[in-house]
Amino acid sequence: MLDLTYELPKPKVISGAKHDWELVIGLEVHAQVSSNAKLFSGASTQFGAEPNSNVAFVDSAMPGMLPVINEYCIEQAVRTGLGLKAQINLKSAFDRKNYFYPDLPQGYQISQLYHPIVGEGEVLVELGNGTARNVRIERIHMEQDAGKSIHDMDPNMSFVDLNRVGVCLMEIVSRPDIRGPEEAAAFVGKLRQIMRYLGTCDGNMQNGNMRADVNVSICRPGDYEKYQETQDFSHLGTRCEIKNMNSMRFIQQAIEVEARRQIAIVEAGGTVDQETRLYDVEKGETRSMRSKEEAHDYRYFPDPDLLPLEIEQEWVDQIAATLPELPDDKKARFISDFGLSDYDASVLTADVESAAYFEAVAEGRNGKLAANWVINELFGRLKADDKDISNCPVTPEQLGGIVALISAETISGKIAKDLFEIVYTEGGDPALIVEERGMKQVTDTGAIEAALDQIIADNPAQVEKAKVNPKLAGWFVGQVMKATGGKANPKAVNQLVAQKLGE
Amino acid sequence: MTDLNKLGLAEARDLLRKGETTSVELTQSCLTAIDAAGALNAFVHKTPELAMERAKAADERLKGDDAPAMCGLPIGIKDLFCTKGVDSQAGSRILEGFKPEYESTVSQNLIDNGAVMLGKLNMDEFAMGSSNETSVYGNAVSPWRRDNDDAELTPGGSSGGSASAVAADLCLAATGTDTGGSIRQPAAFTGTVGIKPTYGRCSRWGVVAFASSLDQAGPMTKSVRDAAIMLEAMCGHDAKDSTSADLAVPNFEAMLTGDIKGKKIGIPKEYRMDGMPGEIETLWADGTAMLKDAGAEIVDISLPHTKYALPAYYVIAPAEASSNLARYDGVRYGHRATLEAGDGITEMYEKTRAEGFGHEVQRRVMIGTYVLSAGFYDAYYNRARRVRTLIKKDFEDVFAAGVDAILTPATPSAAFGLGEMTDADPVQMYLNDVFTVTVNLAGLPGISVPAGLDAQGLPLGLQLIGKPWEEGDLLNTAYALEAAAGFVAKPRKWW
Repeated sequence: MLDLTYELPKPKVISGAKHDWELVIGLEVHAQVSSNAKLFSGASTQFGAEPNSNVAFVDSAMPGMLPVINEYCIEQAVRTGLGLKAQINLKSAFDRKNYFYPDLPQGYQISQLYHPIVGEGEVLVELGNGTARNVRIERIHMEQDAGKSIHDMDPNMSFVDLNRVGVCLMEIVSRPDIRGPEEAAAFVGKLRQIMRYLGTCDGNMQNGNMRADVNVSICRPGDYEKYQETQDFSHLGTRCEIKNMNSMRFIQQAIEVEARRQIAIVEAGGTVDQETRLYDVEKGETRSMRSKEEAHDYRYFPDPDLLPLEIEQEWVDQIAATLPELPDDKKARFISDFGLSDYDASVLTADVESAAYFEAVAEGRNGKLAANWVINELFGRLKADDKDISNCPVTPEQLGGIVALISAETISGKIAKDLFEIVYTEGGDPALIVEERGMKQVTDTGAIEAALDQIIADNPAQVEKAKVNPKLAGWFVGQVMKATGGKANPKAVNQLVAQKLGE
Repeated sequence: MTDLNKLGLAEARDLLRKGETTSVELTQSCLTAIDAAGALNAFVHKTPELAMERAKAADERLKGDDAPAMCGLPIGIKDLFCTKGVDSQAGSRILEGFKPEYESTVSQNLIDNGAVMLGKLNMDEFAMGSSNETSVYGNAVSPWRRDNDDAELTPGGSSGGSASAVAADLCLAATGTDTGGSIRQPAAFTGTVGIKPTYGRCSRWGVVAFASSLDQAGPMTKSVRDAAIMLEAMCGHDAKDSTSADLAVPNFEAMLTGDIKGKKIGIPKEYRMDGMPGEIETLWADGTAMLKDAGAEIVDISLPHTKYALPAYYVIAPAEASSNLARYDGVRYGHRATLEAGDGITEMYEKTRAEGFGHEVQRRVMIGTYVLSAGFYDAYYNRARRVRTLIKKDFEDVFAAGVDAILTPATPSAAFGLGEMTDADPVQMYLNDVFTVTVNLAGLPGISVPAGLDAQGLPLGLQLIGKPWEEGDLLNTAYALEAAAGFVAKPRKWW
């Protein structure tokens, strides 16, 4: 693997009325495991089902019902852990987090406080400008999702939909290594990319399948470095947790807004209360969710209905053996094998489908040219059409055919664009189309020379000017291309023009 | 045939196989006895139609060669078991009107084995109590009375209805559950046999949870043989309960040879409590002698952490209960308090739970909430868990030293009068569990065998504690003790 080296990104600095301030951010990302059944019941996890239709007796906490671990969900958590290069704990355990709420039928959430299934790992977060940071993962634990309370259907009553109750979530907890709003969004994006590669979470933030709690604090420049040296949190400011963010854009906005709120408090001589806050998208502000008096005591204790979860190293090894090539590795390989730029490699490895498409196009062909065509022509065209790679009308074989025709100088780049449009809209074998529609590049210098001679003969004044100002050679090239219906080999034309005008 | 209800499981089974009676006759006999025993308040939900239907079906099956072990035998089911379409409210107001859409694994196993359910049996609310007095239905009453005394006595708890019904011959046998002694103490109080199997032997699926790490179901019967028959029918691995053991179920009845020659029986010195009534001491000594006479070797043993068992139990069990009972919130099923205008979700919870739970349940929910709360968790819950580990190790050490079973009294006294403990410190009531909770904390099998009468004519029981998963061996030792004790007394019928 190619060793990619990056500069560390600069921390975001916000100037307050008195000082400059830096941001310190840690995230807890809740990712719904892509699984057909729930973590402890056989009920379906299908999104958008009729309210209360995906509910097993254990989900609605009927008396005497017991949870049984869904092994598939455990496998996905292990897979995710391996994807984040994290420690897999062969022994973990489930705990109950107790609190009352109507969308939590058991009166407790089964989670993993004391012994999570995944321990420390790390994620390389690139910012696309040559900077990147390794963000440390503290842990991943598994837990049940809660249901949904609906307060706006009736003026006097609230309704509860238990469909989500018991759906398996992975909570991925980062260390406070993130230093700015863009980095936070990039971190979430990178997690999503990795989990999509792994197939463990679809990353759909709109449906709530991936959400983040964002911990934000502020510190004076220099303090963070002291924290890094000592791992002593007292060098950092008091953090606030912004709950349940389900958009990258809002995550960035909320961090900025919250940081500015904290700066204003501290600069006015106040202190920041450690609390849970919500981001109000409409008003563009964060507000406190609950006061200290209402702070929950979750009374965590080991769930006596479930035995400690013990898994075998052999099983973990088997899962590791089926892991796909991960984004960082794929990107490095694209750079080294195909000679791509960092940027192009990033774009092409953004998702598995694009990467696979590109590889099919580039296979046995000019990789850089293939990358240009996939990124600029294909992606551009798809975007204009509001399509993506999954419903792309051009197969990699077709696009590969076009790239091959260009490499073989059978067609010019300009003709290739016309050809691409034909293939995109009408389909067909590019080589055949070129043949049938006479789109082949004219490389016969005799024909090009004849056309050029005619143009020179017809435009003596231009010839004189061009001799003084060589930049005007382009005009002759254009005229030749026009005369040959664009099929003349531009390289040959350029050479001939230079040669003739230089005489 | 008259008095079919007085039969035990084995006798009735044999008569059925010989064609000398029918399940319908047996069932009818029990239903008649139940109807005449309103004063005992043992059956709280009767299911006569369902019983007759199952009895008829059993009689059909009995005509073939492959009728299952308990085919046609009428039994009672503790109200803690969820029974499909039949009221199952764990003796609590908060589950008023709750009819589950599912059948507990244990009661389903019994149905599959051909047993006929007569109805649901009284119990302490959520199995929290030792006298059946915390029941929303009012207490069950023991069929036993002291000589020359009409005072009503407790059948014990929490499986008081089960004990009363079996002792009064309202059914041939009954299910019970045991979290800290709730099978063994009522069995001892009523001259019946009750076994709590090894934790994990019976599935907890569909049994209303009290303390998940301690709860076990078991049979309450008229003889050790019946206990063997019924335990085999009830237990077995269940994939729906993660704590259920994936072990084969032996033929327990076949293991009842009565031969205990060379078995090593431990007598733990720590169970000799200060202020223990002389009659209990005598009973224990007599039981020890009986086992010795039967060929067992008696050894004095020490279970040094015994004295910490009761406090540890009364931390762990309420802690788990406080969480297990959180689901009774009035949102989805059972009782919901009538709310006033302006009441929100908090008021709904508070009023519903205040109305729905009795005082003992509320007390334990509060204790459990307290011991799990921030700042107290380590001092109480974690310490209790460490004690539990030590208690378990006490037993492991003794068994490792070659002891096969341990003999102790089942209870510190004979049955007490209903209402006698009403004004007492709750801890007085908790002391009833002093000999039984260790077994739950260690997850071991324990059986109570009636072994004699006290001076006032009330039954007393001895407890045998066995090795994990060795219920067969334990039942055999109990069988030998039963034979030697020759307990045949029955309560005189006053109801």
